[in-house]
Amino acid sequence: MKGINVDVNAQRLASTQADSVRRAASGFTAARRLTLQSTYGRHLLQAREHAAKTKDHVLNNLREYLLQLEQNCQNNGIELVWAKDAESARAAVLEIVRQHASPGAVIVKGKSMLTEEIHLNAALQHEGYVPIETDLGEFVVQLDDDQPSHIVAPIIHKSKQDVAQTFAAHGICEPSEDAQTLTLAARKELRRRFKQAEIGISGVNFAIAETGRLVIVSNEGNNRLSTTAPPLHIAMMGIEKILPREADLPLFITLLTSSATGQRITTYVHMIAGPKKHDETDGPNKLYLVLVDNGRSRIASGSCAPILRCIRCGACMNTCPVYRQASGHSYRHVYSGPLGIVLAPNLDGLETMGDVVKASSLCGACEEVCPVKIPIPDMILHLRNEALKANAATRENWRAFVSLASHPAMWKFAMRWSGLSGVLPLDPIRRWKRHRAWPKREGTAFRRWWNDRS
Amino acid sequence: MLTCLCDAFYGEVGIAAVKVLEHLGCKVEFPLDQTCCGQPPFNNGDWESARKLAARTIELFSGDVPVVVPSSSCAAMLRDGCRSLFGKAMSNVFELSEFVLNVLKIESWPGDSIQAQRVAFHRACHGRVLGLGDSQERLLQMVPNLRLVPFEDADQCCGFGGAFAIGQGFLSSKIGLEKLRRICETGVETFASGDMGCLMHLRGLIEKHRLPVRAVHYCQVLSSTIS
Repeated sequence: MKGINVDVNAQRLASTQADSVRRAASGFTAARRLTLQSTYGRHLLQAREHAAKTKDHVLNNLREYLLQLEQNCQNNGIELVWAKDAESARAAVLEIVRQHASPGAVIVKGKSMLTEEIHLNAALQHEGYVPIETDLGEFVVQLDDDQPSHIVAPIIHKSKQDVAQTFAAHGICEPSEDAQTLTLAARKELRRRFKQAEIGISGVNFAIAETGRLVIVSNEGNNRLSTTAPPLHIAMMGIEKILPREADLPLFITLLTSSATGQRITTYVHMIAGPKKHDETDGPNKLYLVLVDNGRSRIASGSCAPILRCIRCGACMNTCPVYRQASGHSYRHVYSGPLGIVLAPNLDGLETMGDVVKASSLCGACEEVCPVKIPIPDMILHLRNEALKANAATRENWRAFVSLASHPAMWKFAMRWSGLSGVLPLDPIRRWKRHRAWPKREGTAFRRWWNDRS
Repeated sequence: MLTCLCDAFYGEVGIAAVKVLEHLGCKVEFPLDQTCCGQPPFNNGDWESARKLAARTIELFSGDVPVVVPSSSCAAMLRDGCRSLFGKAMSNVFELSEFVLNVLKIESWPGDSIQAQRVAFHRACHGRVLGLGDSQERLLQMVPNLRLVPFEDADQCCGFGGAFAIGQGFLSSKIGLEKLRRICETGVETFASGDMGCLMHLRGLIEKHRLPVRAVHYCQVLSSTIS
């Protein structure tokens, strides 16, 4: 489909939304710079290179690390389930859910982009279960029947006033413009849900192959409650989220949280080593880990493999001039911004996501901030080439230009008489002029000057 | 190398670049058959056409003579882009400031001073690919009486992006206007940059929206100090 035109979608965005996104993204970018600078100083590049190398090492030895993780998780009493695509991942979760709870049961969820990627909530609801998002942003998104517009800050596009309106409409609290009042009201509502919950579902930020421990970073405490309060915890992760050793964690946690929100470390870092042991009082009785491929092994063997290094910090989105103006929804995919431009066509195919590759000025800011040094602009260029070859993107016609630029005599003639206006196909000029003035033709000045003096 | 945008629209920028190089003691040659480096089709995904144009550019400029380009993006195309297209980069290509500072090793500007002036500088993004850092600003700052003025979000792109400016015109112009808003906030009358792609886009926005600021290539500022 040649329809994911981010530019067209962005025009439908309310200006207040664009303002919220720009302000917040710019704030995250500044905080990121400050924290990384004070943490690593001149060693920052070295730290990023080391992280990139570690992830590449994992990806190059993924099979071995997955087997090691499986073994060590089982030793910890974690039951593993493998899912090759979104459908089997949903089916696997549903099967576990059915074994432990009846329709109508409340399932509390920690924030997880993977569950968004495989559209898990819809599947659970379809079977009569009641999934409740417990991350504050995701909670608002769910109430609004909206989509997250950012992988770290799901309601980056909303204001306090928007949230107040939503909460009032759902009877969570009286309209208020005070963020703390709103947050406390959500907390109260969510506590009620945590008490009801029969199952908790969470994502995973890092899984340690060496020890079989699952690591989750969070700020709101909702992940701790989601993973420990209900008697059953289902953790879900993409197969690329492995780190070899616990010794890798300090680097990766610091890079992740600094790059995401400018925090040197988040309020909570959970290291989950299995379900409740016989001498423990807290924790779930049973813990499943669902490992989802969903295209990842295919991506790992292609030209966009480095995108699997991604630790989902969102720094590329925050710094991206296009994302700042377009907001996440314009990309029409769970993954937006520079990450999404590469990941979405790789997950869903160029046929459906072909035009999204155009939503980049190739400025390179994303690569500059990426904590694992993913060469995003290079991959966007490759994808544009692939989209064109597969006829999956709207083709812009440069044939006349290329033909002229291949024939210097004709080129010189055209430059003298019409500048580029005669060379470019008319449509691009028309489209250029819609937004800005077309330059005056003063190019002949150079060749005339050069000829006159020699 | 003149670049196709200067060949078509901005001859005076080419003249200024030659004047700067000659003033610093270089003998400049201008192969008359040059056209375009292939960047527009390359960024559009049309690598077949891009190879055609890049290959003839490489042939035309082959040899040991350094090729100096007054544009970060064309220089990046010939260095980095050619690596994607052919597996190897053109190593004798330099962006103008890079050549002046790193090859000619100029440490102070041997020109006249200008009338005291505050100037903002927009760094073209392809300087990232070239690893230019602040070389263009450093060169400009050598001009006596010229003061560079910082502005908010200076590291953000101007929204040109070649094909992006045409295909995603709404976003492109919004990004550009944000850049110009930040520059205008400083109250400068002039800002400089090092890529006529960015400047064509920003000048087009300035003209359409009647903004009170003038956009020039930094080599025009340098050449104005040469008597």
